[in-house]
Amino acid sequence: MLNYVWFGLMFISVIMAIITDLTNNINGVIPPIDPETGEAVLSKIELVTSAAISSAETAVELAIGLIGIMALWLGIMKIAEASGLIALIAKLVRPITIKLFPDVPPDHPAISAIVLNMSANVLGLGNAATPLGLKAMQELQTLNPNQETATNAMCTFLAINTSSVQLILPATVVGLMGVESSKIFITTIIATTLSTTAAIIAVKSLEKLPSFAFQTNENLTIKDITENSEEDIND
Amino acid sequence: MIETISDIFNTTAKYIIPLLLMGIPGYAIIVKKVKVYEVFTDGAKEGFEIAIRIIPYLVAILVAIGMFRASGALDLLLNLLSPILDSIGFPKENILLALMRPLSGSGSFGLLSDLVKTYGPDSLIAKIAATMFGSTETTFYVLAVYFGSVGIKKVRHALLAGLIADVVGIFSAVYICRLLLI
Repeated sequence: MLNYVWFGLMFISVIMAIITDLTNNINGVIPPIDPETGEAVLSKIELVTSAAISSAETAVELAIGLIGIMALWLGIMKIAEASGLIALIAKLVRPITIKLFPDVPPDHPAISAIVLNMSANVLGLGNAATPLGLKAMQELQTLNPNQETATNAMCTFLAINTSSVQLILPATVVGLMGVESSKIFITTIIATTLSTTAAIIAVKSLEKLPSFAFQTNENLTIKDITENSEEDIND
Repeated sequence: MIETISDIFNTTAKYIIPLLLMGIPGYAIIVKKVKVYEVFTDGAKEGFEIAIRIIPYLVAILVAIGMFRASGALDLLLNLLSPILDSIGFPKENILLALMRPLSGSGSFGLLSDLVKTYGPDSLIAKIAATMFGSTETTFYVLAVYFGSVGIKKVRHALLAGLIADVVGIFSAVYICRLLLI
């Protein structure tokens, strides 16, 4: 599905830009030179080109910018792990995690990473949540018989994550809303509870549909398997 | 009552990170005699590797979204949707944010700041927008980064479930604010 969404976004963008430019030229709506500034007016297709290039740059800046925060939180998490704090939290919420992730053994490290990620989300610590979530994905991947297809546990984890469980407003929103942020505190909790409930219901019902069925390695073609082993060698 | 509770929460929020930074190593070194410095740097190394691994996935998703915005396709989608959403009580000022939210965190935060500045923090539009922002996530970004970090290519039902959650969160934000804040 991500394949179609991704391609669709770019396909529509290019077609849209071309059509807009063509109609603008035919109707003479936009003069080639801005009468006020005297600069050349960029056509839509030029804007799309520069958006593609600048977004690629932004992506790398974002990832590089993440390194410091990730290192900090993963370091702190390692300490929490070494001191047994994580095991303690995981034990407390075990009844919930067993229900949500029936395929993951209750003592698996994936559970502690999931629990920590969700705690960070609940407390509105977006920056701390991402490294913990990535850690959880790595642990879940160790349980995955097919390394390229998402497991039920991964989908459940992602759905809960994208529905944004949180009790405390993000600092950025509080900064924007000022005194008014106290009023949206309750509305946000109600809305987020509803969206998380919807996420859990959706993910648990959808995983049973045949079109979303999990493919095990046996269903892979020989080509896929040789490609995988080549990647292993390259690693 | 509501204001007192939320004040307590939001004041506490300021102390959470410093307290974690002090509390976790503190507990580890005092109670469990953990070598906190060595353990910290050991864990921190992983942050570097993960951040580098997500770059290709971030590039893919941000480029597609950037193009979609720049081409005017997003604006067209808005114009098509606004009569329908108008008829069900969905303020048209909030539509762009609702569409942007699953796609881009910085983009939707930009839109939120814009709405708050234009209409004022005490307006219903700003409150709906802030609730929307707080109760949904950047689904495409999270999916691309989380799955990308472990090399998952088939995401199965995760995208659809995430989008369903977003739609529920967005509509809840509109109707709950209309119900409670008017």
